[in-house]
Amino acid sequence: MSASHIPPPQAADAALFCARNLLGIEGLSPVDIKFLLDLADTYVELNRQMEKKRALLRGRTQINLFFEVSTRTQSSFELAGKRLGADVMNMSVGASSVKKGETLIDTAMTLNAMRPDLLVVRHGASGAVELLSQKVDCAVINAGDGSHEHPTQALLDALTLRRHLGAIEGLRIAICGDILHSRVARSNILLLNMLGAHLRIIAPPTLLPPRAARMGVEVFHDMTEGLRDCDVVMMLRLQLERMTGSLIPSTREYFHHYGLDRQKLKYAKPGAKVMHPGPMNRGVEIDSAVADDPEISLIQDQVEMGVAVRMAVLDALSRNLPNTSHEKARV
Amino acid sequence: MITPDQIAYINARLIDPASGLDAMGALITFGGEIQAVGADLFPGEAAPDVSDQFQIIDCQGHVLCPGLIDMRVFVGEPGAEHKETLATASQAAAAGGVTSIIVMPDTNPVIDDASLVDYIKRRSRDTAIVNVYPMAALTKGLEGAQLTEMGLLKEAGAIAFTDGHRPVTNSRLMRQALSYASTFGALVVHHAEDPSLTQNGAMNEGEFASRLGLAGIPAAAETIIVERDVALVELTQGRYHLSQLSCAASLRVIEQAKERGLDITCAVSAHHLALNELDVGEYRTFFKTNPPLRAEEDRQAMVDGLSRGAIDIIVSSHDPQAPENKRLPFADASPGSVGLETLLPVALEHYHNGDIPLCDLLKAMTAAPAQRLGLPSGRLAPGAPADLALIDLGAPYVFDAGALKSRSKNTPFDGRKLQGRVLRTVVGGKSVYERENALQAAGER
Repeated sequence: MSASHIPPPQAADAALFCARNLLGIEGLSPVDIKFLLDLADTYVELNRQMEKKRALLRGRTQINLFFEVSTRTQSSFELAGKRLGADVMNMSVGASSVKKGETLIDTAMTLNAMRPDLLVVRHGASGAVELLSQKVDCAVINAGDGSHEHPTQALLDALTLRRHLGAIEGLRIAICGDILHSRVARSNILLLNMLGAHLRIIAPPTLLPPRAARMGVEVFHDMTEGLRDCDVVMMLRLQLERMTGSLIPSTREYFHHYGLDRQKLKYAKPGAKVMHPGPMNRGVEIDSAVADDPEISLIQDQVEMGVAVRMAVLDALSRNLPNTSHEKARV
Repeated sequence: MITPDQIAYINARLIDPASGLDAMGALITFGGEIQAVGADLFPGEAAPDVSDQFQIIDCQGHVLCPGLIDMRVFVGEPGAEHKETLATASQAAAAGGVTSIIVMPDTNPVIDDASLVDYIKRRSRDTAIVNVYPMAALTKGLEGAQLTEMGLLKEAGAIAFTDGHRPVTNSRLMRQALSYASTFGALVVHHAEDPSLTQNGAMNEGEFASRLGLAGIPAAAETIIVERDVALVELTQGRYHLSQLSCAASLRVIEQAKERGLDITCAVSAHHLALNELDVGEYRTFFKTNPPLRAEEDRQAMVDGLSRGAIDIIVSSHDPQAPENKRLPFADASPGSVGLETLLPVALEHYHNGDIPLCDLLKAMTAAPAQRLGLPSGRLAPGAPADLALIDLGAPYVFDAGALKSRSKNTPFDGRKLQGRVLRTVVGGKSVYERENALQAAGER
């Protein structure tokens, strides 16, 4: 579907977007989200041109600070920054410097002294990015904090849905799998609820956060029941590395009950679309036949939208950065 | 006979929770003891006539009550003096109207040997300005494997036995501890927590933790151990005190056990009476406590339990933490909050809002812990130690963490509007704390 019918973002909307950081979907308004998605639409078009480069962030320094390994999110942010003309530096802080005793705040202060303009942060602890944002002067983008939020993933999912299905309002969307550990699920629940979707979550009770029903979703334990009449099925990765104790007996049993294959997908609305934030555990939560079917799967589109959404976020936040020298920077 | 050691506190609202006294009157101390107390000591305008016999302190109608006894205080000495020493903790206590602190054995080294109990007592004698009573470890090194030498420790001065923040998970060992302690009539104090259920948990389990993406600690982690302990007390007929409870379900278990006549008491922290899980807000680590701040229903149950007398004691659970232990992502931060200086005003919130009569509230911080621990203080009676707190009940102010005497400033109450402050604290007949400008008008004559 083409985005040509979507009008470019209005100047008035841009003026309303006054956030300094993007720490989560919580704190954004529907107007903010529409602005970011509209802006991202223009970048989807740009990214499909031969000449993809803009000078918007020329002179700006973007640091991607990843305390957890990431391939797709980090490269997506890197590409987004570079296409907008920023100088992008990737920093992967492994276990080594943690062992040396440097704390998150020490790292933040050190980087802050190097005068970056945009800091993209992923960390394994919920709330860590917000903590870091309190200690630096630049714009901070949450690229995933623990099991809390992953706002750009939710925005790119919304952009993918909007471009394929027109509007998000009224869609029946099922989020399936390891909700307990998923920051993607939390951000998507907040965002899709705000845009008027009917949300369901499907998982065994051991993979649901306590009191999940209070988050504005319908809870199902049976996948065939939960998928009924759904327009969209969002599968989540089973985060085996975060699991302590025995949350599921085996991946074989998990796939039998909660893995998405063509058989289970029949319970959803005919023509239902399938999404996955990646990386996929094929044969654990999703069958390759579903994941690789271009008629059903939006997974490749999600990756494409990811770059555009991140360009939109970098663009929008940089508009709120001071244009003067750092000495006169914000209070 | 003129004795400089004889001090008369006149024009006081005397409150003695042990006897139920609440009347205007005077109190005379002689040396380290209370000599006389009563409404009729200085009838009418007699005060000027005796001013040459006594040092006179005009209380101007403020409350004079026994100094508070705080049954759960963590101090960094020995081993973590950068967080708190016995000296700084005692100064904080004095500023909070607390005249006796019971210090926990979770230090480095652990207080699990008679010589270490002796060390705490001597260090306290030399550096502390309030009474310090050490609890000794229940198990060697707090490892939950081998009992400490309770008899020798008790002789050395250990007032009770606890593994501090560590639960004893081995039920057989807990049974043996309760059973062996009864040889000496010793009190076993336990922190109820099933570590397999609290593993990785950072705050109360529930909707709010789910939204923050934090692993939760279910109330059942506490209640399971409380239920087990009650069964073991029934089996051994031991003396048991639950160091701190946090949820309604545990309270029900304790109440049923008390109805069956078991020798069980329990305490709640001032912050569990005042705060709930929502106060964690956006990952505020000063609100990370152990046990965690619970749901509002649980907080209400704590207040209700206290007003019914089902909860015996209020503690500060004073737990100083250095900035490097708190300026961390929430899940990685150490739990604990300082509380000696806020114990009284935070507890008084429940008097001011009408939940609990003043005398009952003060009892939970004076007579009740004194009785449970067998201390001579905690009452206004001739012969009792002259440990006193003079309190301006109504004084309103905004609490400022910067003014804390404690070496660590990790209080959850910074900026809270409080009512009631300590004007003077007396330990063993001597003033160890006087609020500047307090009693300015008449003051000491």
